Amino acid sequence: MFLKFGHLEFDTVPKSKLMTLPESIDRFVPDGSSVAMCLCLESLIPFAAAHEIIRQRKQNLTLIGPISDILFDQVIGAACVRKVRAAWVGNVITGSCYNFRRAIESHSLEMEDHSNLTVAMALRAGAMGVPFMPARTALGSDLFKTNASLKTITCPFTDIPLTAVAAIKPDVVVVHVQRADEYGSAHAWGNLGVTRDACLASRHIILTAEEIVSPDVISRDPNRVITPGFRVSAVVHYPWGAHPSPVPGYYNRDHQAFIDYRNESKTPELFDGWQKRWVDNIQCYQDYLIALGEKRISELALKHHVMSETVDYGY
Amino acid sequence: MTKHNTKKRDWTFAQLMVTAAAREIADKEVVFVGMRLPLLGFLLAKSTHAPEAVGVYELGIVRDTLAPEPIMTMGDLPNLYRAQWLADTADAMGLLQQGGVDVSFIGGAQVDRFGNLNTSYIGGTTNVETRLPGSGGACDLASLANRHIIIMSHEKHRFVPRVDYITSPGFGDGDGWRQHVGLPRGGPSTVITTLGILRFDSNTREMVLASVHPGVTEEMVTENTGWPLQILPDLTQTPEPSEEELAILLRFDPQGYWTGK
Repeated sequence: MFLKFGHLEFDTVPKSKLMTLPESIDRFVPDGSSVAMCLCLESLIPFAAAHEIIRQRKQNLTLIGPISDILFDQVIGAACVRKVRAAWVGNVITGSCYNFRRAIESHSLEMEDHSNLTVAMALRAGAMGVPFMPARTALGSDLFKTNASLKTITCPFTDIPLTAVAAIKPDVVVVHVQRADEYGSAHAWGNLGVTRDACLASRHIILTAEEIVSPDVISRDPNRVITPGFRVSAVVHYPWGAHPSPVPGYYNRDHQAFIDYRNESKTPELFDGWQKRWVDNIQCYQDYLIALGEKRISELALKHHVMSETVDYGY
Repeated sequence: MTKHNTKKRDWTFAQLMVTAAAREIADKEVVFVGMRLPLLGFLLAKSTHAPEAVGVYELGIVRDTLAPEPIMTMGDLPNLYRAQWLADTADAMGLLQQGGVDVSFIGGAQVDRFGNLNTSYIGGTTNVETRLPGSGGACDLASLANRHIIIMSHEKHRFVPRVDYITSPGFGDGDGWRQHVGLPRGGPSTVITTLGILRFDSNTREMVLASVHPGVTEEMVTENTGWPLQILPDLTQTPEPSEEELAILLRFDPQGYWTGK
């Protein structure tokens, strides 16, 4: 319903932000964007969204995150990335990632070396609207040589040396959540890494969600909301959108997929084959689930459900 | 990996290293648990002599009980089950930065005589021979824990006089360096390798060999170290893992993914 006040029109009913994954990436991840992803570190990694970025052959992206597990390596392998601002790019259970290695060793990728704490502080500075945050980490390390966002300063109160971490304000953050409503309010639970600060620091927020639920489900438990819904740009329904990373309440980590990826990315040719099979041949989550197969899906499903007590928000 | 004496034994060197790591943890300590082998070391310590140790994980997890099922990595869902706290990375890092973490564990690719660690650039930053994954939380753990323990493979190209890049600060160029650069506390206390256990001289802050693993000689260690290594006069042999410790490790790593070889 529209209200008119003179020349101004107000939309009194919130607009649905529900859209397809291709539409959300097309609209909010233009070439050259800085994109924050993998913000819970090991869980809720938005693999489906990253694969759509690859399918749309985005160019000159800057990827931002603490540790990415194998996601950054995939987007780098697909030649979408110009620069990485991260603490760690590798495969958590196998070690080095090959596309990242090849890109750095051939000087085709710019790297800003962070620690997990400096990434957290950079995004917090962005979230707080201040130019930097102080920290006591990394002093004496060589991170300062390969990261222009770090400088040493003297504390104005105590005179001790501090690391000043410049704010990072991503153009867009991509977050996978357990459930969202169509207006952009969403619940996420588990360990949350740097997700909340990254959402506040970013200009646009894309949510991919295991389930779309009614606004009532979300608003009855506002402590579990990951970021205020009014700041969210896009909501995408994408079950299994974080596979092979785990999603608390939905599915376990698919260790074998990470081991397979190590073997399937050893050479650029092998990676091309991986990309064809797991990215380019997939158009929607139904395709992905078929590729995964029923057996694997049931193996990864939760075997023990552990429900929390409900809480009373009454008045 | 370095070649060892092939005398028959009923444990692997990875199991021995995890056991040695566990023994570095005292009961009731707050432990910032890193990836891989340290994860098992913490679980082993909790199951034996340190039942009240508390684990802090950089993902934003604090837990004081064992996970109900074996985990491959700290983000596995059993590690979230009945955690003491699920929170943000900045919360875990806050505990660390304020000085609330007794001991942390980090893995290394290249280390030098003062315990500086490189997990970023082999060959330096302009002529990169090998790009490694980077710091993750390692730089923070080495900067801010009250002490940190390094676990790595003992090979000559990894044990170098001076690392190509300091990802995680040790004692810099010797005594007083950490205070000089402004680090608030800490430093490496122990290096657990595939050949032995090394500690740091309290005056010079240089690494010294404290024990060799069963079947390993002093010479094997010095040959695989890239500087003239100091050796403690009362050099000992690293205790073998006990049957109980091996049985517990088998429970946590049933496929032998981390400790089978």
